[in-house]
Amino acid sequence: MRRLVTDTLVITERNLIRLPRAPELLLAFTVQPIMFVLLFRYVFGGAIHTPGIPYVEFLIPGIIVQTIAFGGFVTAIGLNDDVHKGLIDRFRSLPMARPAVLAGRTAADIVTNAIAMTILIVTGVIIGFSFHAPALHVIGGVLALLLFGYAFSWVFAFVGLVASTPESANSIGFIAIFPLTFISSAFVLPATMPAPLHWFADVNPFSKVINATRALWLGLPAGNNVWLAVVWSIAIIAVFAPLAVARYRRQAAT
Amino acid sequence: MHDEQPAITVRGVERSFGEVRALAGVDLDISPGIVLGLLGPNGAGKTTFVRILATLLRADGGSARVLGFDVVKDAAEVRKRIGLAGQYAAVDENLTGLENLVMVGRLYGSSRREAAARGHELLAHFELEDAARRVVKTYSGGMRRRLDLAAALVAEPPVLFLDEPTTGLDPRSRIGMWTVIERLVAGGTTVLLTTQYLDEADRLADTIAVIDHGQVIAQGTSDELKDRIGGERLEVRLEDRSQCETAMRALAPMSDEEPAIEGHVVTVNVRQRGGTIVDAVRRLSEAGVEVEDLSLRRPTLDDVFLTLTGHAAEEPAAEEEEAFA
Repeated sequence: MRRLVTDTLVITERNLIRLPRAPELLLAFTVQPIMFVLLFRYVFGGAIHTPGIPYVEFLIPGIIVQTIAFGGFVTAIGLNDDVHKGLIDRFRSLPMARPAVLAGRTAADIVTNAIAMTILIVTGVIIGFSFHAPALHVIGGVLALLLFGYAFSWVFAFVGLVASTPESANSIGFIAIFPLTFISSAFVLPATMPAPLHWFADVNPFSKVINATRALWLGLPAGNNVWLAVVWSIAIIAVFAPLAVARYRRQAAT
Repeated sequence: MHDEQPAITVRGVERSFGEVRALAGVDLDISPGIVLGLLGPNGAGKTTFVRILATLLRADGGSARVLGFDVVKDAAEVRKRIGLAGQYAAVDENLTGLENLVMVGRLYGSSRREAAARGHELLAHFELEDAARRVVKTYSGGMRRRLDLAAALVAEPPVLFLDEPTTGLDPRSRIGMWTVIERLVAGGTTVLLTTQYLDEADRLADTIAVIDHGQVIAQGTSDELKDRIGGERLEVRLEDRSQCETAMRALAPMSDEEPAIEGHVVTVNVRQRGGTIVDAVRRLSEAGVEVEDLSLRRPTLDDVFLTLTGHAAEEPAAEEEEAFA
């Protein structure tokens, strides 16, 4: 167990050192959401009605969840690259804790997600977003988001190991995440959607997390959303972490 | 490490990928402290073999032990004792040379300080000290390979697997890599080196095992293998190609085999030892054959390989590269 922790920290550190040296990923990962914020706030926002809440306050939690779910891309592409460059072989030939390569990779994502979240909150504040809740609730929302992002890093870790190339990891992830983020409460009220989409948006875990964050940050009634968001995140980790680790153990370099 | 036990014992190892039988029952013993060159063409099963010994891949059948530890049951023990340097330089391009070695050292369980000290030592040893704080992306191919080898040596493993360590390197880096490996071997490490280059096996390996279609088809020292295909070869370059037939008839009694012709050159596997050239010159001049050049050489590993497998060891492309070496 101690080996698992120390080895995970070594790998986390490795991934964080790399980050500023290959800034393309981080850049895409922060600039694109800012463009989304501006697009929805100033282009579509005028046509979208969110009774009782200014659209910018409705929007920011939605965009952050979308961004954080996509944050696992860094893991998928990075792991896929490691497989192709033979680094996974190197790690697997070392007497290190088996899950550490994946645990360290996903842990590094928490940091990139926190950076992206900060950038988006600052952008939001500049264009009119503000918190309407006690600090503890705001922090609770941040933690729920980071947990959700961490859960999706495990989904992407699995995708990154299974996919044959970084490009296919990219498209598998995109195809899976895209409907989840758009058929949700991220950008519009689900009640405005046709019945089947409305139903999907209501059961979609993204909506749970988005609603939980809105409730915690804007001082709205939370209902079951906060604990459902946490349960969903843990369930996703419980399914995908063992899948990814099992895949890693028998990974054959291609 | 001077006991009688082999450092690596392999019995009946098999492995298939779908329909393709990569290893078809390999038996091999490697004595401690020697370099075994596993020589074979592309696709002969060399990399699969190394991956099984390095615990990266499971065999479908058979067993393998490294320093007495089973590569499946005692995989964790095996990993503590091996170093692996691959065909593709497995280092992180976005880390510096030093950061790569420190990372590997810490994954072996060393503290940051110990790992850094060992990292500097290895960088100095591999003449990478000046590039220690440069990101690996900026390294040349040869520098990457040396760093990869350094990473394999971080924990001073008693057993080292080198999977085609010079494939794809330019001739100069290749000779540099050879020097590095030779120095290493002098330290008593047991090395399993795979290669498709005959000159590499000839220069580095104490014992050569020839692998083809997933099986070891011959094993021995370079000299032993060469002796297997018999005596020396006489090559006669003729002034006039039309005299080929005459020359062949004149030289035929010197060999049990039919002389071979390629262009202006007649090649004969001679039976006798000593006096060959004098004998050949006498026979040719009696037959009135004009000779431009005449030479006698021992068989090369190329000849061995051709005789054993019925095909050449190297891909045509690799052979062209060789011509510049």
